Parts: sequence; C-alpha cells; structure tokens
Amino acid sequence: MIRLALLSLFNRRGTVLLTVFTIAISTALLVGVERLRGETRASFSSTIAGTDLIVGARAGSVQLLLYSVFRIGEPTANVSWQTYQEIAAAPPVVWTVPLSLGDSHRGHRVLGTTPDYFQHYRYGRRQSLVLARGELFDHDHDAVLGSEAAARLGYGLDDEFVIAHGIGRADITTHDEHPFRVTGILAPTGTPVDRTIHVSLAGIDAIHADWQSGAFRPGSGRARGAAGNLRGTGAPAHADADASSGADGSDGHDHDHEHTPGSITAFLVGLNNRAAAFALQRQINEFRGEPMTAIMPGMALQQLWSLTGVAENALRIVAAGVVVVGLLGMLTALLTTLNERRREMAILRSVGARPRTVLGLLVLEAASLTVAGSLLGLVLLYAGIAGLRDLAASRYGLYLGLGPPGAAELVALAAILIAGLLIGAIPAWLAYRRSLGDGLTVRT
Amino acid sequence: MSTETEPVVLIENLRFAWPGQPCLLDLDRLRIDAGEHVFLEGASGSGKSTLLGLLGGVLAAQSGRVQVLGTDLASLRAAQRDRFRADHVGFIFQQFNLLPYLGLVGNVTLGCRFSPRRRQRLGNAAAVAAEAERLLMALGLDVVQLRQRPVTELSVGQQQRVAAARALIGAPELVIADEPTSALDARTRGAFVDLLFEQCRRAGSTLVLVSHDPALAPMFPRSLVLAQINRAPAAANPAPAANAAYAA
Repeated sequence: MIRLALLSLFNRRGTVLLTVFTIAISTALLVGVERLRGETRASFSSTIAGTDLIVGARAGSVQLLLYSVFRIGEPTANVSWQTYQEIAAAPPVVWTVPLSLGDSHRGHRVLGTTPDYFQHYRYGRRQSLVLARGELFDHDHDAVLGSEAAARLGYGLDDEFVIAHGIGRADITTHDEHPFRVTGILAPTGTPVDRTIHVSLAGIDAIHADWQSGAFRPGSGRARGAAGNLRGTGAPAHADADASSGADGSDGHDHDHEHTPGSITAFLVGLNNRAAAFALQRQINEFRGEPMTAIMPGMALQQLWSLTGVAENALRIVAAGVVVVGLLGMLTALLTTLNERRREMAILRSVGARPRTVLGLLVLEAASLTVAGSLLGLVLLYAGIAGLRDLAASRYGLYLGLGPPGAAELVALAAILIAGLLIGAIPAWLAYRRSLGDGLTVRT
Repeated sequence: MSTETEPVVLIENLRFAWPGQPCLLDLDRLRIDAGEHVFLEGASGSGKSTLLGLLGGVLAAQSGRVQVLGTDLASLRAAQRDRFRADHVGFIFQQFNLLPYLGLVGNVTLGCRFSPRRRQRLGNAAAVAAEAERLLMALGLDVVQLRQRPVTELSVGQQQRVAAARALIGAPELVIADEPTSALDARTRGAFVDLLFEQCRRAGSTLVLVSHDPALAPMFPRSLVLAQINRAPAAANPAPAANAAYAA
C-alpha cells in the first residue's frame, strides 16, 4: 500500500512538489526558531562558568552581563581602579580579572585584561582557555587572538595591527602609533572569546595615554607619564585607562611601562565559597564610594531569558501559524484531486481493497507529504545554518550548531507530523465515505 | 468451493431498494453455473450496476439471498466480503479502468496485491508478472512495444484488454464485465468478446457480461434480459445517487 501511495503521489508530482516545499518552508521556520532559541540559550549559558560575580558601573543586570561577557552593547560608565582594588581585597575574594572594553579592530572587540583572565576564565563545563599557538602576553603590545578573530582577520603569529577607538565596524580613529603584535592564538571555544582580541590592560592603558574624553592630545601621554598616575575621565566609549607611561619619559612604543589604569569597564570575581556571593553582591550594590552593580551570571541569564521569553513565544506563534498555512495547502491539494480520484478508488475497491484501505491510502499520502516536507525542511534549515552561521556569529554573536535536532526541535517536528496526519485525515475520511457510496461505480 | 452441481451464482428472493426509494431489484431466482458465459441485457437505470454491486459484495440486499460459489455473501462481514471479492471475482468496467500511476503489468497484477490466494495460485512475484504478460499477449497486446508506455496513452481498446487481463489474472471463478464494449466499435467489440471467452475458458472462469446493447446477445450461449427477470416496477426509473445503503 505504501508503494501505491507513493506511486499515486508521483503521478501528481507537480502539485505534490509544491505542497512538500510549502511544508518544508514552514518546518524549517518552526524548527529554526526552536534551534535559534535553544542555541542562543546554550551559547549564552556556556559562555561563562566558574565566575561568581561580575561587577561593573551601575547598570541593569542584563546590560552588564551582555557587554562584559558577550561583547554585546556598550558600557555606560567605568569602575575606578581604586574601587576595583578595594573590592579585590575583600576577604571572600580569591581572584579578580579586570576587563577593559571600548576599542576594536576591524569589527572585532578588543579586550584589555591581565594574564589572570586566561587563568581564571572558564566556559562550558568549566573548561579553561587553551592556546592553540604561541604564548600569552609578555609585553604591553602583545595580543592574543580568539580563534575566529585570527581566522577571519587572516592574522598569524608576529603579525602587527592597530586598534581603533570605539567599537563600531568602521574604524574611524585608529591608534596608529601603538601597533600590537600577535603572540598567541586561542583554541576555539564556541563563545564570544573566539571573536575577541585580547591585549594586556597595560597595552590598552598605553594607547589611551594620549587620549582624553575620546580625543587625541599629542604628547599628552608622555607629559602625563612623567607626572605619574592620571585618573580616568570616565569616558563611556571605552575604559578610559589613562595611566602613567614609562617613568623614563620615552614614547612607550618599544618597551613596557608600569601602568596603573585609571578605570576599567568591569571585572570578574571568584570567591572562596558561593554562599559569600550574596553578601558581597549586596555590599557592592550598596557601595558608597561609587555606584556599581554586581551580578551573579546565572541569575542575570535567567532575567535575560524572562525578557526574551515573550519575543520567543511570539516567534513560535508566528512559526506555528506558518506551519498551519503549509498544512492547509496540503489539505487543499488533496481535496482538489479527491473528486478526480473517485474512479481510482472504485478500481481499488473492485480488486478487493476495503474502504479502510482507501482511508489508509489517503492517510499514507498525507503522512508521506508531511514526512517529505519535514525532511526537506530540515535539509533547508541545515543548509541555511551552514550558510549563515558565520554571519550570525560575527554580526550577532550567535553560534548556530549543525548538530542533530534537540528535544524541543523533535517535539516541533512531531507536532508537525501529528498535525499533518490529522489534517490529512480529512480528505482520507471523505474518500472513505465516497468509496462506501460509490462502491464499484462512480456516481455523481 | 465450486463443484459441478453447485452454481457459481445463486440468487433467490432478492429484494433491494435504495433508502427512501421504491424497490429496484426483485429477483425470484437466478442461477449461473460454473463455466457459463452469460449475457445480461439491461437499459440504463434498470439496476444492472446495482446487481453487480450485490454480486461483488459491495452492496447488501434488504432480503433474499445472494450466494456466490456456495457462500452466502450476507453471512460475511464487510471485510470478509472484500477479501472474497479479491479472491474469487474479477471485474471489468466500461472505461477509465486503469490506474494512471501503474504501468501495463502493474495494472494487471493489481488484484494480486489484495489477494494472497490469487498470488499463491500463480507462485512467486516473477510468476505473477509472467502470467500478466501472457494474458496481455493472449488478449492481443504487444507487451514489448507497450511496456514503457504510460497506460493513459493506450487506446480505449487496449485499455479494455489490460482491464480484462487484470480481471482474469489468478483465474478467479467469476468474471463480471460491466459494459466492457460500449466504447469499442463493432469490429473491435466482437474480437474483444471472443478473446474474453477464450481466456475465461482457459482460466475456468464463469463470465457474466452486462450491457445495454442487445447486439451482443447472439454471441453468448445464454442471454438474460434484466427487465424480464426483475419484478420490481421501479426498475424502469434511474437509480438514485448512491448513499449509505452501500455496505461498509
């Protein structure tokens, strides 16, 4: 009977192909929404692990999480170096990692940090960052590239580049006088780390020595360098790491300096026990010296999901609506040909087919269309992901995997198949009734 | 099942009416023995197709008995009647007889898909296909030439021969032909009936051919006029549209 159903469908292949394609598009959309949702959550959830608190200038929890960890959005203010050191010295704090954001290179965010970042930052299942090639920072103008950044920029070890002030894709103002040299390239992590250019905090500090409030002041770096430690201006476009240059008063290009940043964008905190996180978080949030926000990554992610949940549900509803339209197209196609096929049913009845066989034949056809549409939909979806994953990663920070369908996607597929069978049962039932009525001759 | 003395078809005191309609068929007794070739003449609306539906077990009579090969069809459940039809009865219709998505041989062997008994009579799948080709050639079709051609491109006469082969494959005890020659010209019609006789004899099948065309009657050893054996006055009126009276 399956062969009969398939042959019958093949005989009407023009209509069938259109129907299958319609179902495929709707399937790709519905499953794609689920994949996007799942991958987004998985990607976000696996980006940071083992960090108890993230601290930044007073801002919303989600905003702080997005810019400090996911490199999405921009910070509104900075945290002073003095405050950072004060919190880092708190009893439950085991380690801290300062983060300085605000510069970029050809669309890739530049993160100023310390070697502690590579020691303490964890992602996924508490995995450490691993160097694929080269070594970590040794000098102020050394840079360690994320795997994707290195691949997309085409940079290898010892290549030099300059970073731009600001984080737009167009490098409007570059720090030409302070080229960085690639000393290491990280192994892939599947997180925003892959797209990040990591430089030392001192390097960021040095290039901004000649900058104040986002404007270049020739020679000011050396002047201030001689004067010692200058405070940050709090410019929001980047962590204003104004600092002392070399004590010898040189230009700071060929040797390192003892920089002390004026401010940083945010910092990661590791504690000796998790229970202390709540108390420290409260202390930081109530810190009188400077308005700050401390967040626990997991809880901030939950807030993010609750924010995005409405949009996700709206997307799901729209996608489900498209699936219904696709299946209604199948219903129309089957109903349209039903009258023409009454003779076919009568012939089948004459050779011994039962009305239930006729019913089964039509249900099988609907099932075949739905299954074929769903499979083609998956093919289209995977092809789409393969084609767009680079763009999604670079433009939106979304890492879309090509793995097998997850539980939510399988549920969506099952829902499509069940809906297809239910809708296909309508023409099947009509054919069954007509087959009973027609018997061996078609009556009109 | 069938013996020399046992009729292939035995109808007794049959009464059938569509719901809400006067009685269409009222047959006192009709007996058709094994190996007979019977011509049943009836005008349009006289109840010919209804009678074939009763013989095929698709319809159920309100009263009386329709016995085929010694089996009272009323005693069978719907599914059993369908199986009985698949195993023992071959049908040929007036036109549009073939499934467009099956090839020449596929159309002929269609009945074997629903009847393990017919398949068993022939053997394995290869034997079924070989018998289909033999029947097609015996009915005058050049299988080699026509094998690759879609059945929808065959002439009406060729399609009728394919339908005849389908009815005959597996040697069913009863072959029922409903107006099989109405789309054929006089010369082709005679040739077709001759071939049908020959293959029915070879298969040992009993043939009941129903038509409105009395010109076919002389070709048959036995002819019946439905109007003469049907006592129902409503038989002269066209049958109503089919409805729930059909047995499931």
